[in-house]
Amino acid sequence: MLLAIDWTELAQQTVIGLSSGGLWALLALAIVLIYRSTGVINFAQGEMAMFSTFIAWSLINHGLSYWEAFLLTLAISFAGGIGIERAVIRPVERAPVLTIVIVTIGLLFVVDGAARWFWSSETRSLPNAFSTRPITIAGVAFSIQDLGNIAVSLGVVALLAVLFRFTKVGLALRASAVNPEESRLLGIRVSWMLALGWGLAAAMGAVSGMLTAPALASFDQNLMQPVLLYALAGAVLGGLESPLGAVVGSLLLGVFVNLTGTYIGWIGTDLRLPLAFAVILGVLLVRPSGLFGRPSVRRV
Amino acid sequence: MPEAGGLLELEGVEARYGPVKALHGVSLTVGDGEIVAVLGANGAGKTTTLRAISGTVRRSGAIRFAGKSVAGRSPEAVARFGIAHVPEGRGTLSELSVAENLRLGAYVRRDRTSIREDERRVLGHFPWLGDRGGQRAGTLSGGEQQMLALARALMLRPRLVLLDEPSLGLAPKVVAEIFRIVRELNEREGLSVLVVEQNAIIALEAASRAYVLEAGRVAVEGGSDELRRNESVRRSYLGY
Repeated sequence: MLLAIDWTELAQQTVIGLSSGGLWALLALAIVLIYRSTGVINFAQGEMAMFSTFIAWSLINHGLSYWEAFLLTLAISFAGGIGIERAVIRPVERAPVLTIVIVTIGLLFVVDGAARWFWSSETRSLPNAFSTRPITIAGVAFSIQDLGNIAVSLGVVALLAVLFRFTKVGLALRASAVNPEESRLLGIRVSWMLALGWGLAAAMGAVSGMLTAPALASFDQNLMQPVLLYALAGAVLGGLESPLGAVVGSLLLGVFVNLTGTYIGWIGTDLRLPLAFAVILGVLLVRPSGLFGRPSVRRV
Repeated sequence: MPEAGGLLELEGVEARYGPVKALHGVSLTVGDGEIVAVLGANGAGKTTTLRAISGTVRRSGAIRFAGKSVAGRSPEAVARFGIAHVPEGRGTLSELSVAENLRLGAYVRRDRTSIREDERRVLGHFPWLGDRGGQRAGTLSGGEQQMLALARALMLRPRLVLLDEPSLGLAPKVVAEIFRIVRELNEREGLSVLVVEQNAIIALEAASRAYVLEAGRVAVEGGSDELRRNESVRRSYLGY
């Protein structure tokens, strides 16, 4: 098997892996963002992203172009994320972690149900965000769509990095996530920062969903369920505490899953999700803090 | 020392953690430009007194700052009055760099140019901080974190600093250095300070007046010299 490596195919499959990994990375980043500030995994993150994608579908159906709908959906999702935090998370802000987890699971079902109620469960499709033509780089043909997905994912990650590193509100977001009490003493409205984090997470999920859908011949309300699982695996691999880890973990996972699926015949496409679970399990057993997470040390 | 019409006035302040009452009617004042110490044993309510002022504990009673009531205000709002609270454990934003900690100290301010001026002025008091700007604050030593906390508090350009146990867990030399800087800030810039301390000796040296708390009430109050001469204060808190 290894002897017969076709470098062209390897390069192509790697790019395909990075493309899906990039879309998982956005959702993983959304999960990590909320995990850092709230201490829980938002299990509704995938369904929220699915809902956003349906909004984009409706906008396009009303005559907007793909990218117009994309930007408008981002804004709606951002506002929606803030709204959801204010409405359902804020009341349980100080509750035990388990309570908040259960609220996010409830949210998952509510958002899913709402999407099925607003939009019938027939399948639909989104137009392509990028040209479907292939492009030849160094003699190897790649799909522009894959390269576009990678570029948008990394672009969003870069924007976020700038926000967190160089802006005042980004600093306040980071401070509130790790040291909420101390941050309040500095005058930071921590509760609003949480809401802002939910808004950003929802917007990132929306990007993930809006780029995931066009690659599929058709999609329905189950669109983001596998993506959420891959994103979780990517986030765990990178370390749930680490935004950089979520991105690197998801990209690695994308390449790993795609290459094993391609080169190991019996894995194929059917066993990719179980493979992601195997990664989660493996990481939790061997290195629970992930690639980039610091082992948690708590001062007593 | 100015006393009448103080900068900060507490009157009959009560505070509770859930069902447990921690303060039973504390009254105290801090004059403009004054250093005042709050002394007392563990659990006497020293930290709670500071937390009642900054709003990080549920409280009732009158709290006035520069003539305005801050009772019922959230911590975020109290910071906007110009009250900088350096909490127990220093409140270091551990994941952020030293420079980022300092920047967030001025979070509620909008006056960019004077913030930069203040940064220079603050770094004048803590020159070593300037070289450590990129270091993660959580990796600083305890004494360094305490100084960073003080420096960050100054970035608010506060009228009053609430200092909670600045000596906690620090070597005597470091403690002396911190109190030297506090006195310097007080003398040169007229900074008012309300400091809570277990270490009564060093606190009384810096403060002009002090309150001794016992079980959530003010047991003794007076000028620092007067308290040093007080028999029971000497035995209980000064140890001679």
